[in-house]
Amino acid sequence: MANRTIIPFGPQHPVLPEPIHLDLVLEDEKVVDAIPKIGYVHRGLEQLAEKRDFNDYLYVIERTCGICSFMHGMGYVEAMERIFDTEIPDRAKYLRTIWAEMSRVHSHLLWLGLLADAFGFEALFYQTWRLREQILDMFEESTGGRVIFSVNKIGGVLKDMPKEMLQKFVRNFDGMEKELKKLTNVFLNDYTVQSRLKGVGMLSPQDAVYLGAAGPMMRASGIKIDTRTLGYAAYSDIDFDIITSKECDCYARCDVRIQEIFQSFHIIRQAVNKIPDGEISVAVKGNPNGEAFMRVEQPRGEAIYYCRANGTKFLDRVRVRTPTFTNLMPLLHTLKGCELADVPLLILTIDPCISCTER
Amino acid sequence: MAGLMKFTGLALRNLFSKPATQNYPVVPREYPERSRGSVQNDIDQCIFCGSCQRKCPSGAITVDRAARTWTIDRMGCVQCENCVNNCPKNCLKMDTHYSEPSAEKTVVTLHSEPPAAPEKPKFTPEQIEAMKKAAAAKKAAAAAKAEE
Ligand code: SF4
Ligand code: SF4
Repeated sequence: MANRTIIPFGPQHPVLPEPIHLDLVLEDEKVVDAIPKIGYVHRGLEQLAEKRDFNDYLYVIERTCGICSFMHGMGYVEAMERIFDTEIPDRAKYLRTIWAEMSRVHSHLLWLGLLADAFGFEALFYQTWRLREQILDMFEESTGGRVIFSVNKIGGVLKDMPKEMLQKFVRNFDGMEKELKKLTNVFLNDYTVQSRLKGVGMLSPQDAVYLGAAGPMMRASGIKIDTRTLGYAAYSDIDFDIITSKECDCYARCDVRIQEIFQSFHIIRQAVNKIPDGEISVAVKGNPNGEAFMRVEQPRGEAIYYCRANGTKFLDRVRVRTPTFTNLMPLLHTLKGCELADVPLLILTIDPCISCTER
Repeated sequence: MAGLMKFTGLALRNLFSKPATQNYPVVPREYPERSRGSVQNDIDQCIFCGSCQRKCPSGAITVDRAARTWTIDRMGCVQCENCVNNCPKNCLKMDTHYSEPSAEKTVVTLHSEPPAAPEKPKFTPEQIEAMKKAAAAKKAAAAAKAEE
């Protein structure tokens, strides 16, 4: 047996947007084991539910993560709407859908940029993030925030998007789609990129299920599950495909996310065409009592929200299960047996969001 | 080698197109109308009810009713707009511009003087005399009317 070395990886590492630590056990250049350690960005956001009015807590839970902030807010308000047993106006549902899909595009573009950065293709990284900047501008124009949107409320949304704005966004997305096609040609067909992604980090469909992979990580292993099919927000009225791939490697994960961006454009266009006129929120009165679960499909996979209320304005418990947390086990599995040089890439392909994981 | 040089077209285009970034601060940044920059208070309208303080999830606002001051910790504020949406007097508003960067924690305190009590009208002795006479005349007239 070759000598074993332990190499600490993280919490500060150029490839990591957020802190996670791995002890990599190496035999020569081969990783034989990886021991993770999390807990660097724990902020106790769940506990704050006991100290903040349930309406104001929305602004806390949104800040769980800077990428899917909209989805976190939406998951929480939809759970609370279940407790209150309120039906929100249709227009609010569509607006939520549009913002949620814009978040997905934004998140996947961010990830593509990081991926390019991880395999050392700086120019591609900048190109991707330039595209993402347009989405951030659209967010700022429609919600007032570039990262944290604060447009949800229990019972609907706070801001409307007028027709002209929606049409302008659709035109922007048409332009972005053209640009993105050129970029994805590089991601999917470039020889250098393929040499880094193909056949790396295999995760078989059985393992994906057994280890509880979520989101694109799971769909890239051919498992066709997408929480959007449950039909929260306006998804029940909208046609979309669940993107899967049979390749099971890093290339497949990249491919799935890219196709999901195009699907999101498709969903946004449909939503803009179908959006009904009318109110954007209903008043919700009194204090909540009871408990509810809500599942939403975040860019990284399925997130679960659980809220329990006791009839006062403070909640007893809020629990969030985030997709990155469940994706850690498949990550450790794919790390075993890989080359040391592939470790950053493998960590990135789960699209880690450590802030979500630790809250 | 079909997979090679996929990026060349994009790279060449970038070489001959203008920069994607903006020449800040020569070209100032234009904020969209809805942009949440910083909270401003029209302090003369404020009634110091403390609703904004209770609604602020980050505890950035302190309202002192007795001293009539409204204080905001600029760096504690997370621009959620919750205070603006819950102010009964609508005196809070969200400015599109962010607050100035600073090496120290910026705390802004606004104070308003209590509204002046309505002034008592002042009369000269002659006016008072005239008023007394008028009152007496009225009384006499009323008495005369009653006798009729
Ligand atoms: S909520 Fe409005 S009126 Fe009340 S203290 Fe705050 S700023 Fe003043
Ligand atoms: S915008 Fe939000 S964080 Fe800032 S002062 Fe108002 S309530 Fe507090």
